[in-house]
Amino acid sequence: MRKVTERDDYEVVVGIEVHAELATESKVFCGCKTDFGARPNSQTCPVCLGMPGALPVLNRRALEYTIRAGLALNCSIAVRTKFDRKNYFYPDLAKGYQVSQYDIPVAHDGYIDIEVDGQPKRIRVRRVHLEEETAKLVHAGDDIISANQSLLDFNRSGIGLIEIVSDADMRSADEARAYLTKLRSILVAIGVSDCKMEEGSMRCEANVSVRLRGSKEYGTLVELKNIASFRAVHRAIQYESARQIDLVRSGGRVTRETRHWDDARGETAFMRSKEQAADYRYFPEPDLMPLEISREWVDEIKSGLPELPDARAARYAREFGLPASDAALIAESRELASFFDGVCDALAKAGAEAVDRTDGPREAAKWLVGDVSAALNASGIELSQSKLAPELLAELIGLVASGKISGKIAKSVFEEVFASGKRPGDVVRERGLVQISDAGQLAAIVQRVIEANPGPVSDYFAGKEKAITFLVGQIMKETRGRANPQETNRILREELAKRA
Amino acid sequence: MSLSREETARLADLARLSLNDDELARIAHDLAEIIDYMEKLAGIDRADVEPLSHVLNTVNVYRDDRAEPSLSQEEALANAPDRQGEFFRVPRIIDTGEGSEA
Amino acid sequence: MSDNINARLCHMTLHELHDMLAQGQVSSREITSDVLARIDEVEASVGAYVTVDREGALSGADAADAAIARARRVGDAAEIGAVVGIPVVLKDNVCTRGMRTTCCSKMLEDFVPTYDAAVTARLRAAGAVIVGKANMDEFAMGSTTQTSIFHVTRNPWDPERVPGGSSGGCAAAVAAGEAVAAVGSDTGGSVRQPASFCGVVGLKPTYGRVSRYGVAAFASSLDTVGPVTQDVRDCAIMLNVMAGHDERDSTSAPNAVPDYTEYVERGVEGLKIGIPKEFFGPGMDEGVRTAVERAVHALEGAGAKIVDVSIPLVEHALGVYYLVATAEASSNMARLDGIRYGHRPEGRSGMDVADLMSASRGQGFGMEVKRRIMLGTFVLSAGNIDAFYGRALRSRRLLKEDVERALAQCDCLASPTAPTVAFRFDEEPDDPLAMYLQDIYTTLANLAGVPAISVPCGFADGLPVGLQIMGRMFDEGTLMQVARAVELTSGFDRARPEVGGCVK
Repeated sequence: MRKVTERDDYEVVVGIEVHAELATESKVFCGCKTDFGARPNSQTCPVCLGMPGALPVLNRRALEYTIRAGLALNCSIAVRTKFDRKNYFYPDLAKGYQVSQYDIPVAHDGYIDIEVDGQPKRIRVRRVHLEEETAKLVHAGDDIISANQSLLDFNRSGIGLIEIVSDADMRSADEARAYLTKLRSILVAIGVSDCKMEEGSMRCEANVSVRLRGSKEYGTLVELKNIASFRAVHRAIQYESARQIDLVRSGGRVTRETRHWDDARGETAFMRSKEQAADYRYFPEPDLMPLEISREWVDEIKSGLPELPDARAARYAREFGLPASDAALIAESRELASFFDGVCDALAKAGAEAVDRTDGPREAAKWLVGDVSAALNASGIELSQSKLAPELLAELIGLVASGKISGKIAKSVFEEVFASGKRPGDVVRERGLVQISDAGQLAAIVQRVIEANPGPVSDYFAGKEKAITFLVGQIMKETRGRANPQETNRILREELAKRA
Repeated sequence: MSLSREETARLADLARLSLNDDELARIAHDLAEIIDYMEKLAGIDRADVEPLSHVLNTVNVYRDDRAEPSLSQEEALANAPDRQGEFFRVPRIIDTGEGSEA
Repeated sequence: MSDNINARLCHMTLHELHDMLAQGQVSSREITSDVLARIDEVEASVGAYVTVDREGALSGADAADAAIARARRVGDAAEIGAVVGIPVVLKDNVCTRGMRTTCCSKMLEDFVPTYDAAVTARLRAAGAVIVGKANMDEFAMGSTTQTSIFHVTRNPWDPERVPGGSSGGCAAAVAAGEAVAAVGSDTGGSVRQPASFCGVVGLKPTYGRVSRYGVAAFASSLDTVGPVTQDVRDCAIMLNVMAGHDERDSTSAPNAVPDYTEYVERGVEGLKIGIPKEFFGPGMDEGVRTAVERAVHALEGAGAKIVDVSIPLVEHALGVYYLVATAEASSNMARLDGIRYGHRPEGRSGMDVADLMSASRGQGFGMEVKRRIMLGTFVLSAGNIDAFYGRALRSRRLLKEDVERALAQCDCLASPTAPTVAFRFDEEPDDPLAMYLQDIYTTLANLAGVPAISVPCGFADGLPVGLQIMGRMFDEGTLMQVARAVELTSGFDRARPEVGGCVK
C-alpha cells in the first residue's frame, strides 16, 4: 500500500469541465420536450434527428440561462457571439457535428469561491458556453467495450447543454469536490439546471496532472471520464494523482491520455491516447445567425438572479448567528435552504411563544444538519419527499423552547413526526410526554428515588460526584424521561443536601 | 501542391469515407489540382478583412421556449435501416477518441 | 389566350392555365391528365422525373377543382389562388411528406420524409398539384444532372445534349411540357444554368427570401430555392407563393413580400443596366456572346440605359465558391451516416460502428460527392483552415463589396448565364476543374447573396442561350421587369423544343 507521506513533495493540479443540461421546457434548437424518462425516441423531430433539410432555431431561454449561469459564476458576458460547428462522427451525434461555441463563449473569466478545511480559495471559471446534447447510447452488453450492439434514443439529442470549464486551479481532490458542490448549488439555485448526476443532467470530467511542489511547469495532463458522482470525483482524483506520482517517482513518464474511472474497482483505466489532438474542423454555423447580447438584457437577467448560496450563507450567519459551517451547509442546498426559511417563517409567525428571534433559527439549523439530515440519509429520501414540513419542525422547536418537552424527548417526538407527519403537539399529548416541571411533583419522585437507592446516596456523600448521574437516570426512568432535567437536578441536590 | 496518399487517406478517415485504392488515387490527384487553383486566392487575401459567414446582417433570431409536438415513435424510426423495438440499433462501438462520451 | 386555343394544355403557361381554370374553361384534372399523358409520351426520351405520383396528382387536381367550383359558385373567382390546380414538379432534394426524397443518391434511395419542406407546404397550401420529383445531380453537386444515380436527363432541345444541372430534371420537365412549373435549388447556378440550357426561366432569389427548411442542404450559406418556369410572369407568380419569412429557418428574411407580378409589365424605360466587363472576357462561346450582346442591345432599344461597370475580383469567385461550398458541404453531408436513415451497406457482419459509417458513406455516395466532401474536409482541417477557408471567407466579403459597388452604379447587371450552350454528353470535360468553370458567371450571386434570373435571350446553333440578370438584395422586382423586356425583345417568345413528336 502506498504511503501518503512519500508523496508530499508532489502536488496535484486539477481542472474540471462540467456539462449541465438546461432546464428549459423545449430543446435548444427545436420544439421537442426535454422530459426525462419518456419512451425512447418519442421526443424527437426532423431537427434533433438530423434529417435532411432540417434547420435549427435557437431557444431564447437557453441563451438566457447560459447568461444567467455566466453571471452567477461572476463571468463577463460576450457582447457579440455565435455558434460554431464541431465536426466529428459518433453514432449519438445526429448531424455529424455538434452545434457548439468555439472561440467566443457566451460567458468567460469568472470564478467560484470555495472553502476547504476553513481555507477560502478562489477557483477561476475560464468559460461557459452553450451547445447541444447528444443522443443517449444504451449498450446492449455489460459495457461499452463488450457490447456487440448499441441502441440509440434521441430524446436527449438537442437538449440545451452548458459547458463550464475551470482553470487548473485546484490542488486536491477535496478542492475539486468543493468546487463541484458549490457549482452545483449555484446552478440549482438559479434554476438553470437540476444537476442530477444520477440522471446524467450533470456530468464532469477532471483533468489531472502532478508536479513537484514549487514547480511552475505543469505536468502531463490526463483526462478522467465516467465520473458519475461527487464521491467518484474525489476518489478518482485521489487514485489518479497517486498513480501519477508513483509513476513519476519510479522514473516513469505520464502520457497524455484519457482514462476511464471504474467506480466498482476504484481505479482508472487507460481508454485512449490523446497524443494526437482530434481535428474537429470548427467553423461558424451558417444555419444560425450571430448573437448580439445587449447590456440591458444582461442587466435585466442580473437583477433577476435569486440570492446565491454564498450570499445566503452570509445572511444566515449575520441575521441568525448561525455557525459558518451550518450556514454554508444549508445555503448550498436549495431544498434545505428553503426548508430552513420556512421554519424561520413559521417560528416568527408563532410569535412570542418563548422562541427568541435568533435562538429559534439556530435550533432549526441544528435540527437540519443533525437529526433531519441523519433521518433523510437513513431513509434514503429527499427532504421534499419526506413528511416533515417546516411548520412541524417549528412547532417542535417551540415545544422545547417553552419547556413543554425536554430536548431528549424532542428527539423521540421528531422520529415519530418524521415517520408519520403528525403534529408534534399531538404526539406529545398522545404519548403523555409533557415535561414534569412542577417542583412538588418532582420532589416526591426525588424522595422516592433517594430512599430506594441508599448505596449510590452514600457513594455521593463519600464524594463520588458521578453517583448523581445514576440517581438522575433513575428519576428519568421513573418519569419515562419527562422530568425537567434542570429542575430535577436542582431538587435532587437540595434533597440530598438536606440529608447530609 | 501535391497531396500524399497518406494525407488523402487521413482525410478520408476524418470524413468517414471508405475509398478504394483507385478512388484514393483519383481524388488525391483531383484535390491537388483544385487546391493549386484555389491558391490563386492568396493574391487577393487581406488580413484586415473580416470573414463573411452570412450575407444577411440579421442577428438574434430566436424562438420562444415552448414545447411543440414531436414525431411519433414510428415516424421517428420509419427510415431506420436497423432498429430494435423503440430504438435505433448500431453495431459495437470501438472508441475512436472523437466520441461524445465513453 | 385565343392564340393557344389549339395548343395542348401541357404547353400553356401557368398564368394562362390559371385564367382558364378561374373562368371554368378547363379543370385541373384535365390539365393534370394532360401533363401525365405528356410524361408518358416523352419521359422515355427526356428522363426528367425520378418519381411520378399519378394518384396523388389526380386527387390533388380533384381537390383543386372542388375548391375552384366552390369559389365560382359564390362568385369569388377572382379570389382563386394563382397556383390552384397547377401541376408542378419539385427537385428531389425538396422534402415531400410520404413521397420518396432521394437527392438522387444511393444514400437516400429509400428515404421517405415524415415532413414537408417549407416550400412544399406553401405550394400545397396554395393548392398546387405536386406531380412528382425531378432528377438532379447527386445532392445537387454537378452541372449536368449526370451524377444522379437513377438515369440521365436529356435536353429536350437535343437528346444528345445535357440539360445542365443540378436542377436539370426541373428545367427539362418544364421545357418538355412535363410540368407547368418547377421548384429547384441554386447553390452556385443550379437553377439558372439548366434554365439557360433548356430555354426556360430560372430564378435564384435573394438568400433568405425563400425558406430552405426541408431542402437537403448542400452549402448552407449559399443554398437558395427558386422557381423554374416557362416565362417571367410565371416566375413572379411562383415566387409570390414561395417567398416569405419562415420561423423554422433562422436565415430566412423577415422582409415583406411584394406582389412580384406587378413588376412584370413595367418595362425598362429609364432603368440602368450594368455590363460587367470582366464577364465578357475569353472563355465564352461566340454564339453565346452574340446572342447576349443582341439582347442587351434590344434592352437599350426598349429604353434601358446600358452602362459599363467593373467587378475586378470576379475571376476569384469560382475559387472562393468552391472553398466555401465544399467546406460547408463536407459538414452538411456528415448527417448521412446510415444510422437514423440512409444506406446500410452489404456484407457488414463484424463491422464496428465506425466501419459501418465509412462503408455506408463509401457505398452510398458517388464520386463527385466524395470528391467534394474530401475537398471540404481538407479545407477545414487543422493546418489548412486559415489558408483556405479563412481566406475564402475574407475574399467573399471583398467580392460582395465589389458586387455592391457595381450595383450602386446601376439597377442590375446583365451577363450570360453560362459560357456555353448545352453541350453534348460526350463533350463533358473529364477534368473536374474544367467542369466547375460552367459556374463561372453564376457563383457570384450566391457568394454575394443577391438575386439573379436566367431568361432565354436567343439561340446559338439552334440551342437556347440564357441571359443572366443580377440585382440588389431583395430586388427581385427589377429582375422581373428586365427579364420580361428580354422576353419581349429577344424573339425567343417561348419557343418550344420538338420532342416526342409534339411541336408547339
